[in-house]
Amino acid sequence: MMDLIPPFEMRNFFTAPWMDGAWESSMWIVVMGVLVNSACGLVGNFLILRKMALVGDAISHSILPGIAIVFLMSNSRSTGLMVTGALAAGLVTVWLIEFIHTNSRVKKDAALGVTFTTLFAIGVILISVFADHVDLDLECVLYGEIGFVYFEDSQLILGLDIPWSVLRMGGTLVLVSLLVFAFYKEIVVTSFDSGLATSLGIPAGWIHYGLMMMLSLVIVFSFESVGAILVIAMLILPGTTAALLSERLPHILILSLVFSAYYAISGLHLATLLNCSHAGAMVVSGFSLFCLVWIISPKRGLLIQSIKRYRGRKSAAADPGFGG
Amino acid sequence: MRLFQQFGGGAFFALLLLLLMFGNEVSAAKISEISDTRLTEQFFRFFSFKDPSVQYAVLASLLLGTCCGLLGSFIVVRKLALMGDTLSHAVLPGVALGFLWSMSKDPWAIFVGATIAGLLGTVVVHWIHTTTHIKEDSAMGLVLSGFYAIGICLFTMIQHLPTGNKAGLDKFMFGQAAAISSGDLTMIAIVTAVAVVLIIIFYKEFLVTSFDSNFATALGLPARFIHYLLMLLLAFSVVIGLQAVGIVLVSAMLITPAATSFLLTDRMHLMLIYSSLFGMTAGVLGAFFSYLGNSLPTGPFMIVSASALFALALLFGRRYGIVPRWVRQLNKDRRIQIENTLKAIYQIREKADFRKDGVSVQQLGEQRNLPLIDISREVKRLVKERFVTLSEQEMDEFHQSRMIYLTPSGWGNACRIVRNHRLWELYLTESVHYAPDHVHDDAEEIEHVLGENIVRDLERKLNFPTVDPHGKLIPSIIDLGEAETTI
Repeated sequence: MMDLIPPFEMRNFFTAPWMDGAWESSMWIVVMGVLVNSACGLVGNFLILRKMALVGDAISHSILPGIAIVFLMSNSRSTGLMVTGALAAGLVTVWLIEFIHTNSRVKKDAALGVTFTTLFAIGVILISVFADHVDLDLECVLYGEIGFVYFEDSQLILGLDIPWSVLRMGGTLVLVSLLVFAFYKEIVVTSFDSGLATSLGIPAGWIHYGLMMMLSLVIVFSFESVGAILVIAMLILPGTTAALLSERLPHILILSLVFSAYYAISGLHLATLLNCSHAGAMVVSGFSLFCLVWIISPKRGLLIQSIKRYRGRKSAAADPGFGG
Repeated sequence: MRLFQQFGGGAFFALLLLLLMFGNEVSAAKISEISDTRLTEQFFRFFSFKDPSVQYAVLASLLLGTCCGLLGSFIVVRKLALMGDTLSHAVLPGVALGFLWSMSKDPWAIFVGATIAGLLGTVVVHWIHTTTHIKEDSAMGLVLSGFYAIGICLFTMIQHLPTGNKAGLDKFMFGQAAAISSGDLTMIAIVTAVAVVLIIIFYKEFLVTSFDSNFATALGLPARFIHYLLMLLLAFSVVIGLQAVGIVLVSAMLITPAATSFLLTDRMHLMLIYSSLFGMTAGVLGAFFSYLGNSLPTGPFMIVSASALFALALLFGRRYGIVPRWVRQLNKDRRIQIENTLKAIYQIREKADFRKDGVSVQQLGEQRNLPLIDISREVKRLVKERFVTLSEQEMDEFHQSRMIYLTPSGWGNACRIVRNHRLWELYLTESVHYAPDHVHDDAEEIEHVLGENIVRDLERKLNFPTVDPHGKLIPSIIDLGEAETTI
């Protein structure tokens, strides 16, 4: 048990990932981490607003059979096919949840639970039965393989060897940012007040499905890096942490980008220190940041709440005639 | 459109089943490569229960099915399905710490660790939800992924330990029923027994708090205590499922069998029985399928079996199934068509003061405002149901000049519909004070669903009327004659 946690040395903690042999790999892990986290955080913010956080969870699970079937049928790992499989799986998930919910007396939460676990189970079966044909293993599904980003095939651009997955994730981030920027007003209005959106002539249904497709797109590329289950953390953590600090959506979006970078860097250091999964360490550092902000947030932190309560009690005690 | 959706859903589930069967064939092929046995032999080997590992796997699956079915029913009716998912992921760090504590897969150490972690997870969700403005779904997502990530970090650290004791901890992710030892089975049996006894003792409390928590509070039941007791039992069932289905999918063993029985019954005690039966079936099927293929994970097969049962209930459940409901709707639409045609025949004859017995197909088409091709099909249906007879006359294309004569039962039913219509119109004008020109559309709908008892009540209330608001006669019970039998 004792040899599990290595001795903590401040200097070593901050320098270890950037020593001679490791710095290139570390750099790409951080770049990939920032890209994944900010793309997820951007889309995730709108999921949180729409109370659809767990739909993100559902899609991140049910994309697995989509990718597995595409791999099986094509025997290749081409980006286009993977996106197709993921988008199809995402839409099927959303449609199935809606179908079960509207065509039976099963409530929405149970419909969601049944749907995504079924699809995920099918995906796991496909992967383990056809293990020889699917270029994907259960380790990757659970832990993600962001640690191996540097060792992938790469492309020479502007004198830099950029790994393919970084290129793909970067492209996704650019696309998602452009879409969010272009349809910002529509997405915001439909998120807060779908009745108003409809009366303004904004097609709420289209925006909803568009957002779901964007979500599937982000998830399919993040999936390889952080695994199926931890994607949900990257979707929710930046947005909720930022929401504890600010109430303005633009501020929240910017804050969540800052947090994304923090997760990537602190996760790298934590993972190097503990010699554990990079994706897991990223989420652990994100979750600890959330807990910290939850306690000390100046507006609605636990600390300020208890101080206010204490003051309230004291002033009530000092002025017993109040209200009487 | 609706029809398309339903068939689309059916086709999709059929595809899923096909995929499942496909998967089995392949795993069977794998086995034959290794041990040169066939599917049937494997089948008999499994179901003869001679192998002790098969015995353990089946017993564990049965216990798991029972426990998950019972608890799942409560979380499904309480709309806490996703809390089950959260809790099941949140136990992971507890499992890892339990392992580290004993440095072996000691089932009791893991049980204690997992239970504490699971309960802590539900408490943190509650805290986040009550002390911040973060919605409950985001709070669940946070706890689910945060706890799970801590677990993942601990797991990968254990795997890197120099002691090299990997000990198949990764089997906890997707389950491996064949790896269950007798020590594990003892723990599973004891925990299941405790859970079942607690459910029986607190059945009334669980029931009341599930359906009406305000009423429960008014009765003086400690709702908070009951909630956390349920969470404790949920944590128990997650621990029971660790070996057999694994952490990632154990929530489905809670949700899916319960949702299946929710589709089949309205009674809570029946739901508990059904869902534990479905849970057991799914558990044994999953253990069997994973036994077919060498060291395939058990969990996914259990879940797919449970979901296949769910799909069957969703499509064919007697009361709430999609297909039976669709057939009932179809029958109702057909009956309404028949009743409208009978009513039209009555109206044509009424215009002629009932002097002529026959009505031509042509006239009927004009009255119902339908093209001849449709009306002749309607008439054929009426003939088949023996409500009318047709005269033998020259055969033109749509039989438009043939005469239709009502049989006694046809006449009776026509009178019944017209009476219902006019009575309702009268009721709306007399008792509800509608304008007489506003009542027709309402009556057009209600005439098909009024039962004889309500008709008696209406007649009594309206003092046995004979004339409707438009001055037409209301057929009386004497007109209905012997046609007491309704369509």
